[in-house]
Amino acid sequence: MTDLISISFKVNGVQYKKDVEPRMLLSDFLRHELDLTGTHVGCEHGVCGSCTILMDGEAVRSCLIFAAQADGCELTTVEGLAQGDKLHPLQEAFREAHGLQCGYCTPGFLMTLIPFLKENPNPNEAEIRDALSGNLCRCTGYQNIVKAVELGAKKMKG
Amino acid sequence: MTTQFFGERILRNEDPQLLTGNALFVDDVHLPNMAHAAFVRSVYAHAKIKSIDVSAALQREGVIAVFTAADMGDYWQPCPLVVPPPPIKDLKFNERTQLPLVKDKVRHVGEAIAVIIAESRYIAEDAIADVYVDYEPLPVVMDLEKALKPDAPLLFEELKDNVAAHVIQQKGDYATAKTKAAVVVKKKFFYDRGVAAAMENRGIVAQWDRRAQQMTVWDTTQAPIPIRNGLAARLGLSAHQVRVVAPYLGGGFGPKVMMLYPEEVVLPWAAIKVNRPVKWIEDRQENFFATSHERFQTHTSEIALASDGKILGVRDVFLHDSGAYDPYGLTVPINSQCTLLGPYLVPNYYSEFTAVFTNRTIVTPYRGAGRQHGVFVMERLLDMGARELGIDRAEIRKRNFIPPDQFPHNHEIIYQDFAPLTYDSGNYAPALEKAKKMIGYDSFPAEQKRARAEGKHLGLGIVSYVEGTGIGPYEGARVTIGTNGKVSVVTGVGTQGQGHFTSFAQIVADQIGVDVRDISVVTGDTAEFHWGAGTFASRGAVVAGNACYAAGQMVRSKILKLAGEVLEAPESDLEIADGKVTVKGQPDSSITLGDLAGRANPMRGAVKPGTKPGLEATAYFGPSSGTTASGVHAMILEVDPETMLVKINKYVVVHDCGKMINPMIVEGQVHGGVAQGIGNAFYEQLFYDDNGQLLNASFMDYLLPTANDVPHIDIGHEETLSPLNPMGVKGVGEAGAIPVGALFAQAIEDALEHKVEILEIPLSPNRLFELMEKQ
Repeated sequence: MTDLISISFKVNGVQYKKDVEPRMLLSDFLRHELDLTGTHVGCEHGVCGSCTILMDGEAVRSCLIFAAQADGCELTTVEGLAQGDKLHPLQEAFREAHGLQCGYCTPGFLMTLIPFLKENPNPNEAEIRDALSGNLCRCTGYQNIVKAVELGAKKMKG
Repeated sequence: MTTQFFGERILRNEDPQLLTGNALFVDDVHLPNMAHAAFVRSVYAHAKIKSIDVSAALQREGVIAVFTAADMGDYWQPCPLVVPPPPIKDLKFNERTQLPLVKDKVRHVGEAIAVIIAESRYIAEDAIADVYVDYEPLPVVMDLEKALKPDAPLLFEELKDNVAAHVIQQKGDYATAKTKAAVVVKKKFFYDRGVAAAMENRGIVAQWDRRAQQMTVWDTTQAPIPIRNGLAARLGLSAHQVRVVAPYLGGGFGPKVMMLYPEEVVLPWAAIKVNRPVKWIEDRQENFFATSHERFQTHTSEIALASDGKILGVRDVFLHDSGAYDPYGLTVPINSQCTLLGPYLVPNYYSEFTAVFTNRTIVTPYRGAGRQHGVFVMERLLDMGARELGIDRAEIRKRNFIPPDQFPHNHEIIYQDFAPLTYDSGNYAPALEKAKKMIGYDSFPAEQKRARAEGKHLGLGIVSYVEGTGIGPYEGARVTIGTNGKVSVVTGVGTQGQGHFTSFAQIVADQIGVDVRDISVVTGDTAEFHWGAGTFASRGAVVAGNACYAAGQMVRSKILKLAGEVLEAPESDLEIADGKVTVKGQPDSSITLGDLAGRANPMRGAVKPGTKPGLEATAYFGPSSGTTASGVHAMILEVDPETMLVKINKYVVVHDCGKMINPMIVEGQVHGGVAQGIGNAFYEQLFYDDNGQLLNASFMDYLLPTANDVPHIDIGHEETLSPLNPMGVKGVGEAGAIPVGALFAQAIEDALEHKVEILEIPLSPNRLFELMEKQ
């Protein structure tokens, strides 16, 4: 057994300190060590985007990062979006636009969109589709996800 | 009774949980002392196993156990035949099902040979490399025609050949019909393999509680009840001792209804052996080998047409790639055979297929389940016939549609539900007209000419299909009103994103006057409901939905009867709305459903003979045959003549699934189906080498369509009710996926001015370039 290393970082505002194997993936750490199972695993080779979380505000593939690499960082996962029972406006938009079916890819889309909409509060359809092109969905055909983003952008502008 | 919820675009009950990452998927199950499994899988497509040495794996720290077939004793039995062959005259079927763990011989890359149980998934996967399997490689069977040659290597030595099945179905007399034809089109078609690639891979958690003598299995299955029955039988337990839970599933699409997968048989057994809960989660690469595929068929087909384009007859002989085993019977090729007839009058039909064993992963239904192939053949033949006869391609279809007054229409051949293929209702011409209008069919030739003058190659495709849906055997539902006024609806099917938690609630909401949001639907848990089949073949809304409807109606009668007694008013004077029963015109004379439920389960005063306590009812719906949905897809695309890349400018679907429970959910199903159809037609392809090795088992090289590849889809609805169920609904789950291959072929030929003739799916820029060079 290899030596464990000590890591410490914030997830959704909560500070964690744990000892992990160096090779433990961040996706597995979040899901199985912290029981934050909202981040999903679809491919473990960085293509599908289901595992997308925010690391210091940037969208990253948690399946391609070791938990150890997140030491000292501030992470946000899908569990950090809603405020108690109140959904984030983007989550509301997804519901209203029927932008999810099985919901497995959805957390990854949401986390990809948060920084995108911050940089592009007024995207057109082509820009939206481009921003979404790194996340795979097998259920929706993307059409209602695009609608959800348009609606979410409106809601987020207040 | 007016409906308030049925037919409306009600937002989904399940969304808040899914959106906040709080929905339970199988890999989210964390149990104390849980161990993890990984499977040692064959690296050869065809080989004898001389020996398996697990000693090094057992030495590795953190490995708890390693099991092979030899360890399983009497428990080791071939997995069950899921669907027996239909009662077709002279049918030949060689039943060969997959094994829990391979003993003597592997027949495809990825077949499970041993299972490692360890403290973590990481250690279990490390230990895979420790297991030494001594293989004796055998020659590989890949090509369907070569597989049937007398000197072909045999997958099953006891069979004299690699024939899995042989079936002939016919009606009328094609040979004679052909002699009267003005035109006979004869072609050979290829339709290659693909995978469903749901975003969630398969997974199982098995927990044996030896004190309670209870086995609980969380499984990414679309059919928990048959899994429960199969496991109970195998483990020698009573049904009530086995609970199978299919929680939220990240997509199903068919391969998750295949059962019993080897892993489903091994995990519960292993959990008992090591006396700890055990979890197995498939990874994506494993999914390409271990989860079933669909599609590969080669067809030698001909159509005989009269001078006005009317179909005189069709003859189709095809080979179907079964993969290494055939546990799902003949569902896929029978669907191809039957769905080829489409929405058309085909007076003479000869269809013959041979299902062939090959050294590849098994083939079981995936969204469309073989219908794609039949539609591809018929639509292509009609396109080519139309060209030869100088008839417009939309017109030739219209001329051959079964007229609306010829229903029910019996095609006289046997369908996948073992009944004669009978279309219950249909009205095909209006959908075609609507699709033509929506795509701009009449103005397109001028648009195409203008574009060509600018060097742009636009093409239009328009194709038509039917989809057999809503087959039996049956489903059931139980509706219960709680003393707090909340309602529960429980059914045995599973849910993989198609919105059952909302659509089933909508059905019941109208019956009992309760808001959809106050109805909690339970699916996929065998502890809650004991009888049923599962979610597959576009049957959930029709079969489970109608069971919900019937149970809702029964509860409604109970409500009215009891409320009539309590409020001392005749039932005809009562109305149910907003969770309470009120006497019409007397707003103070009312009782809430919750209070009424309390009254229906009294502490004193016995339940009268022949009655049941509570406001609850269970009902079943078992249709004698399926109901036939239909539709038309149309598309305008542009092909870049240099790169052969394709851009879809416009995509239209006009479909008819009878009455829609929730149009928002229906449209979502069509969008998703089209996206998978586009992937199937132009992006997704499995590349095998001659040794049976899959060369592109990852998303880097197996291309799923992204948001830049799936266009905006315009949807039109037609509504031809089904006479076979009280709600008039038909299924729609597979509609989007079925005709897309045929649509691409037609549109691309049109764009390239018929410089290529397209007889295969999938296409790709590479392939189009090759075809252009060749032709």
